[in-house]
Amino acid sequence: MVNRRRFLLGVPVSAAALAVDGCSEREKAAPASSPYTPSYLTKQEWAFVTAVVSRLIPEEGAGPGGLAAHVPEFIDRQLQLPYGYGVFMYLKGPFVAGTAPSLGYQLRYSPREIYRLGIADANGSARESFKQDFVSLPSAQQDEMLQQMEHGALNFPHVPSDVLFAQLLGNAREGYFADPLYGGNRDMVAWRWIGFPGARADFTDWIDQAGHEYPLGPVSIGGTGR
Amino acid sequence: MALRKKKVDAVIVGYGWTGAIMAKTLTDAGLSVVALERGPARDTAPDFEYPRIADELRYGVRGELWQPLARETVTIRHRPDDVAVPYRRYGSFVLGNGVGGAGVHWNGQLWRASPEDLRIRSRVEERYGKKMISADMTIQDYPVTFEELEPHFDHFEKVCAVSGAAGNLRGEIQAGGNPFEGPRSAQYPTPPLPPIAVASLFEKAATDLGYKPFPLPSANSSVAYTNPYGVRLGPCNLCGYCELFGCFLYSKASPQASILPILQDRPNLEVRTESHVTRVLLDGSGTRATGVLYVDANGTETEQPADMVLLCAFQLHNVRLLLLSGIGTPYDPISGKGLVGKNYAYQMCSITAAYFSEDVHINPFIGAGGAGQRVIDEFNSDHFDHAEAGFIGGSLIYAGGTGGRPIAQMMLPPGTPAWGAGWKGAIRKHYRHSAPIGTQGSVMSYRDRYLSLDPTYTDTYGQPLLRITFDWHDNEYRMAAFSAKKMEEIVRAMKPEKQATLLMRQGTPYDTRIYQSTHTTGGAIMGSNPSNSVINRYSQSWDIPNLFIYGASAFPQNMGYNPTGLLAALAYFSAAKIKDTYLKAAGPLVSA
Repeated sequence: MVNRRRFLLGVPVSAAALAVDGCSEREKAAPASSPYTPSYLTKQEWAFVTAVVSRLIPEEGAGPGGLAAHVPEFIDRQLQLPYGYGVFMYLKGPFVAGTAPSLGYQLRYSPREIYRLGIADANGSARESFKQDFVSLPSAQQDEMLQQMEHGALNFPHVPSDVLFAQLLGNAREGYFADPLYGGNRDMVAWRWIGFPGARADFTDWIDQAGHEYPLGPVSIGGTGR
Repeated sequence: MALRKKKVDAVIVGYGWTGAIMAKTLTDAGLSVVALERGPARDTAPDFEYPRIADELRYGVRGELWQPLARETVTIRHRPDDVAVPYRRYGSFVLGNGVGGAGVHWNGQLWRASPEDLRIRSRVEERYGKKMISADMTIQDYPVTFEELEPHFDHFEKVCAVSGAAGNLRGEIQAGGNPFEGPRSAQYPTPPLPPIAVASLFEKAATDLGYKPFPLPSANSSVAYTNPYGVRLGPCNLCGYCELFGCFLYSKASPQASILPILQDRPNLEVRTESHVTRVLLDGSGTRATGVLYVDANGTETEQPADMVLLCAFQLHNVRLLLLSGIGTPYDPISGKGLVGKNYAYQMCSITAAYFSEDVHINPFIGAGGAGQRVIDEFNSDHFDHAEAGFIGGSLIYAGGTGGRPIAQMMLPPGTPAWGAGWKGAIRKHYRHSAPIGTQGSVMSYRDRYLSLDPTYTDTYGQPLLRITFDWHDNEYRMAAFSAKKMEEIVRAMKPEKQATLLMRQGTPYDTRIYQSTHTTGGAIMGSNPSNSVINRYSQSWDIPNLFIYGASAFPQNMGYNPTGLLAALAYFSAAKIKDTYLKAAGPLVSA
């Protein structure tokens, strides 16, 4: 069987890169921290996002964590793009409070504002309850606070806690699974972990092989996994 | 004072499927035509090229091909006495933008209507009696029959190189096709692709249960094919970047893949992109359109005079333009009077996620918007006895799987942690071994479900947004529950380890946050006379005979099938009449 995409992209494909198994030696050796310098997020916000990502997609347990996948870098970079400024959203007023949840998001905030205001809210809430910022809490307490945010159980002054949580979880998953060209999913670790072939986009050889296991690992748009 | 352009024979508003069909028809006849498209120019190359198109985040999540909501959205409320609020982020439906319109990012599931869908009120009254239709239901027959539309369904299937298997060829039932379809004059132009893994399991289970599964008719060519316009399409490779994406392989039919190549060099056609039409202009009598007003790419307000005006925008935009232009009488749900905005409808869908053991290889990333899927039609339209079921309408039930793109299409069993180490373990366990099976069901039209202009919110030009007033009715909850029960039986027979169904249960409000269907319909409906409709059987305005309105805005109620086959057939039916009659003697094509 010819792997057309490999030639098209000129990707050198090693045995490790082809493994559907997500635990190649290369990935295990990947650094857990990043030299990336955030542009939108402040130092304190970056620390918060890093701490949250490490709880949402932790390094512990089998499979790559969100930090190994460089998810915080993805988030900071997204916030500098039109998406961060709310270009994909309608943000004109008036803003009506208390509408049915089924009518969707009705706040005035762009993603950038949700991060800026929401992180301050979350740290304020942590200081009130625990006398420390979120990042200084032990992981078990961080998890507990995230669970409360998930269910909207914490009372934040600007951004409802469940809105901040949904924004963080949504962006964390995006950063984990998006093409590496956006800064996350470094070396396609998340795609290898689940067995998604990424940007291959050619299954001509597999059209009549339903039921057989697909053997090839992922490729990325840039061809380098970054 | 608006810039005034030279008068042309016809101006087309919106350059998607119906815009392309009508541009071809009118330029074939020698007319001078201007097509105005609000979005950018887009073509297979460079806009949908590999590898840039294989990007879930950019196209499937952020929605690069969708209408930017910051510029214009709709407002939504559930009941006429609620205050509507803006649809601020995409959820329930996704609107197209740019050349090709929604015909770029569609799934390519290309169905014909069932013959009985086109005469639903008569059919229900004949078979079940008048009391089967509740007093608040405002459904009505189309003023055109399946037999009249058949040549046009057939032609459009060929334009789109549809892959499929005929079930009823000139009245003869064919094994392997849809035995419930209306008689077709010809086989599908290209053969179906073999089933993807989930469709293969579905096909066997459905057959064992006594159903007749068949390949979902897909506007993805399965072979190299030259369409009636001499445009060549290529075979689909099930790349997994189909619906929500443009096709890089010239396989999925779209205006640019199927029709526009032959229009590009026509001297009597000018396409102006980034040109946003703000109103249709009328003469002093209000019975004749004189052209349109639009804002061009530089922000200059411009008038395009024309002898004919054709609204070929998306359903919601056609209706909004009529309301903004003061054409016809806006519908009033209290009095039931007025017609513009009347009979807004949608579709009601449910999904069963099937979770198989790790030795069942679903390979969810192998898929397309429709190609390789399998479907049954037993519980759709009027293909079964509704007397005991206690509702009107129905659903098709299909084994989907369009690419297993992990940001938006990861499926995990209920009870799985949404984050943390448990989530990370679950995504690995289930990703390659889970698959969706879905229902897509009809929605009837009702007195209190309609479109109007919003009194508060405006678009980037300061014009009122369109307001949707919509929620489910009991008939649809019953239809969905019935369809989901049939679907769940089939899924059980596929023998997954677990299965879970997402269903709009009785009392669940219409939820704008969850993607359900972009098949919004109605608002400028078609009918037999000016008292029950905005347009006649030839898509011509009753009030303004030189104004034609195309698209799903014409549907008096919605069906369980995807709308593109029907709306294209209605456009071709109109095109034939315009060519044969209107261009010789302009005037009403049906006497009121």
